[in-house]
Amino acid sequence: MLNRKRKRESGDIDGSSLADIAFLLLIFFLVVTTIDVDTGIGLVLPPIPDDIEPPPVRERNLMNILVNERGMVLINEQPAAIATVRERVKEFIDNNGVDPEMSESPDDAIVSIKTDRRTPYNIYIDMLDEVMGAYEELRHTASMDRFGVPFSSLEQGSERRAEIQEMYPKKISIAEPDEG
Amino acid sequence: MSKFKKKQANTKQGVPTSAMPDVVFMLLIFFMVTTVLREVELQVQIDYAVAENIEKIEQKRLVSYIYIGPERLGGGRLGDTRVQIDDALVDDINAIRNIMYDKLMEQPRLIVSLRVDRDSEFGVITDVQQELRQAGTLRINYSTRRQI
Repeated sequence: MLNRKRKRESGDIDGSSLADIAFLLLIFFLVVTTIDVDTGIGLVLPPIPDDIEPPPVRERNLMNILVNERGMVLINEQPAAIATVRERVKEFIDNNGVDPEMSESPDDAIVSIKTDRRTPYNIYIDMLDEVMGAYEELRHTASMDRFGVPFSSLEQGSERRAEIQEMYPKKISIAEPDEG
Repeated sequence: MSKFKKKQANTKQGVPTSAMPDVVFMLLIFFMVTTVLREVELQVQIDYAVAENIEKIEQKRLVSYIYIGPERLGGGRLGDTRVQIDDALVDDINAIRNIMYDKLMEQPRLIVSLRVDRDSEFGVITDVQQELRQAGTLRINYSTRRQI
């Protein structure tokens, strides 16, 4: 008798609260999510030299940037302001052998950044940013000249992009700082 | 006039809400998939540097992080600059080479992201970089925020 009574009740589960549960979970994940984008300045470190002499670099192909602990900058032994670095680097790379003091071709040009051990990190990053900016601008101009589109719109891994990158390869050397 | 009214009364009012759970579930699944629960407890204070010419790291699984900054002591005080890898502070800077070498063996295309406090001295970063060179993990990335 009792059994029969039970069978008559409907066996469905009430689904109206499903939305509430889903909302609760949704809000939890919304709160927890941090879409932190990993952005930064990429660089490739040089491998440890195994007793092989590095190939000689001509004086004119090397641009020495020195930054001290107070953020003062020397470019090839001449004092300079951080704000002018970008222009100087661009001139240096894009010289193509015109000025005997500057690089022979963008392919040969090497920018060397050297810091003091006590240089604050953000000054170093500013410096690196300026140099990266110089390369980026040169690539942008080259891309506009050649293809009429900005460099940033060229697809990652496409042939055109590789061509421009080959024109202006990023040759940045991070020198080991002096003690002190 | 009365005819007019009748016509309006016939049209159904109200948005059907039966599809709401589906929509909510879709959103829920999206957020569940994108959520990365913070896997490490930061023991150092990091205030990122800003830069303009930055790039995104697309393949997150290749990335391994090294945190460098002043150590967090109790009560909001800050100590000396320390290096943290994964969950632990590194006491001996020469140990980095082994840690990173092991990671490189697991993931040959490893990118090391250096998350450095903006006021750190560059000397520490140089030491770490030397260790990275010894380990053979040459692809690095200086983590920075976009300049606004």
